Amino acid sequence: MLEIKGLEVKLEEEDKQILKGVDLSIEAGTVHAIMGPNGSGKSTMSYVLSGRDGYEVTGGTATLNGEDLLALEPEERAAKGLFLAFQYPVEIPGVGNMTFLRTSLNAQRKLRGEEEISSADFLKLVRAKAKELKIDAEMLKRPVNVGFSGGEKKRNEILQMAMLAPKMCILDETDSGLDVDAMKLVSDGVNALRDAGRSFLVITHYQRLLDHIKPDVVHIMSNGRIVKSGGPELALEVEHNGYADILSEVA
Amino acid sequence: MAAQLKPKLDALEARLASLSLPEGGWSAAARKDALSRLGAMGLPHARDEYWKYTRPDTLNAPEAPKAAVFEGSETPVFSARDRLKITFVDGVFDPEQSDPLELEGITIERLAEAGTKDIHWAKDLYGVLEVAGQTPVERPLAALNTAFATDGILIHVTGTPSKPVSLVYIHQDPGSDAILHHAVKVESGGEITLLENGPAAARFNKVLEVDVADGGKFHHVRAQGRDHERRAATHIFARLGTESLFKSFTMTANGVLTRNECVIEFTGDDAVAHVAGASMGDGDFHHDDTVFVTHDAVNCESRQVFKKVLRNGATGVFQGKILVKKDAQKTDGYQISQSLLLDDDSQFLAKPELEIYADDVACSHGSTSGAIDETALYYLRSRGVPRREAQDLLTLAFLAEALEEIEDDSLAEEIRERLDGWLARRRS
Repeated sequence: MLEIKGLEVKLEEEDKQILKGVDLSIEAGTVHAIMGPNGSGKSTMSYVLSGRDGYEVTGGTATLNGEDLLALEPEERAAKGLFLAFQYPVEIPGVGNMTFLRTSLNAQRKLRGEEEISSADFLKLVRAKAKELKIDAEMLKRPVNVGFSGGEKKRNEILQMAMLAPKMCILDETDSGLDVDAMKLVSDGVNALRDAGRSFLVITHYQRLLDHIKPDVVHIMSNGRIVKSGGPELALEVEHNGYADILSEVA
Repeated sequence: MAAQLKPKLDALEARLASLSLPEGGWSAAARKDALSRLGAMGLPHARDEYWKYTRPDTLNAPEAPKAAVFEGSETPVFSARDRLKITFVDGVFDPEQSDPLELEGITIERLAEAGTKDIHWAKDLYGVLEVAGQTPVERPLAALNTAFATDGILIHVTGTPSKPVSLVYIHQDPGSDAILHHAVKVESGGEITLLENGPAAARFNKVLEVDVADGGKFHHVRAQGRDHERRAATHIFARLGTESLFKSFTMTANGVLTRNECVIEFTGDDAVAHVAGASMGDGDFHHDDTVFVTHDAVNCESRQVFKKVLRNGATGVFQGKILVKKDAQKTDGYQISQSLLLDDDSQFLAKPELEIYADDVACSHGSTSGAIDETALYYLRSRGVPRREAQDLLTLAFLAEALEEIEDDSLAEEIRERLDGWLARRRS
């Protein structure tokens, strides 16, 4: 699904190398988690993969189902099936949530050469998905993320994911700012989307989220590289001992 | 001031040479008075403080600069609506393209018939609010209008008509110079919606006087669009009685020079006045919104919401003032003027002013200029929306606050579609 080889990235504006050769291979149908201390490059990786401005790729490759991801515009990446659930979902005053969802869905369909969804089908779909995430009609009517609580914003991200049905989902600290109930709701939303044709990359600081979204592989990222990979037990090790042990071990 | 008066009077003299006073009838006295007031102030001059950001030369000139007529297939806005349509072609009333001037709840007359008909209610209205609006700031082009307007629609609102009155302006002659003066008197309990659309003429000088009596309601939605080269100086003068409502929204797309002045005075308590504008300029575009709101009554609410989208060197101007007089306690005044600059060549010049003499008021004003929010743009693109489409969506979102001032949802939607169409035509 997603193949990253030797990915090196620096900030465009200053001479600061963030990623220093990341290798990552995510097979279809699997859930990978990335953990790591602050500033290790986790969020940068998610931004670079989704095509955010401000970063310069200085080496390496990233492909989605064999296609060069880095050569595509952000909207093309989305149409090919890449989705990033933002750590800080963006507020867009003046754009209704429903309009946002319908515009996104139809834009992706158009880019893929598919027919636009009919209003009736769209409404049916959004109502069903929103219900599962306990998102009420009022939230759908409001401007995108404006006045939403932290939990509502994250649920809104998962709603977008459910509507757009991407193949490769990246969740950037989706657990941050969530209380226990909200985390359960969001995790259930993610788990409902798990299937053989869809992969997940879950970026998190805490093992807690991985109790709900069970990963197949856990990676530890530090200083712009993946320094260790293992099974779910690796996350438990981090939880108990912190990063220090692991990092000294690989240093 | 005296040193400046000479060129202003010279400009007036040159202009007057090409004008003749219409047959006045009941309006003759007001016209004569306007002409004599005009003679004392002359025409606007580039050195006038009030004309600092907008050059008046082409508005003053004896002849209207030529303006090419719009060529395009887009159906004029409001066309599909149930309305009472009144059409002016290059400023001349066209009965063929107009409905009979009859509608239950209102009386409609034409200014051009003033010579032959005595319309007592119009006599007490014509030019009256314009005169009041001349202090503390002179508005010579409005006085010129009162003196020389060739026609206009006079509406006496005693009830609530079932549909809006829709003034349609058609521009056919590239050199046309139109001066129209409309006046609306909304009696207690009356309510009307006035629509206006079209480019009117190569140069258009228009005054709209709106007198809303206690408890009356006036809604106004105007679309100035189409022709790129047209020029317009328009004035709205409104006077609001107790518990009355005034809402005016203007969409402006294109036009090399537009100056829209709006002068509102609260004379009765507990009244509400909202004036809003959404304008979009591309290239040779200069758009000026000049607003003056005077609170002279208790517990009134005024809102000014002006948004401008500017690209390819377009210029936007906003001069907005809220004057709260000593006894106008509990005034709620709000003013926001914002521009979205789509490139480095465009500019927005804003002069927000508050002058408050009452001590128990809530007044706020703000003015900003900014570019498209890059983070929001990235967010939309990451969801699959292509750059240009995402930009347009954010541009419409920027204008949304002004559109919210249109009370009727279907009218707001129609205007939104026009704005969207304007943006879509520029998508590449």
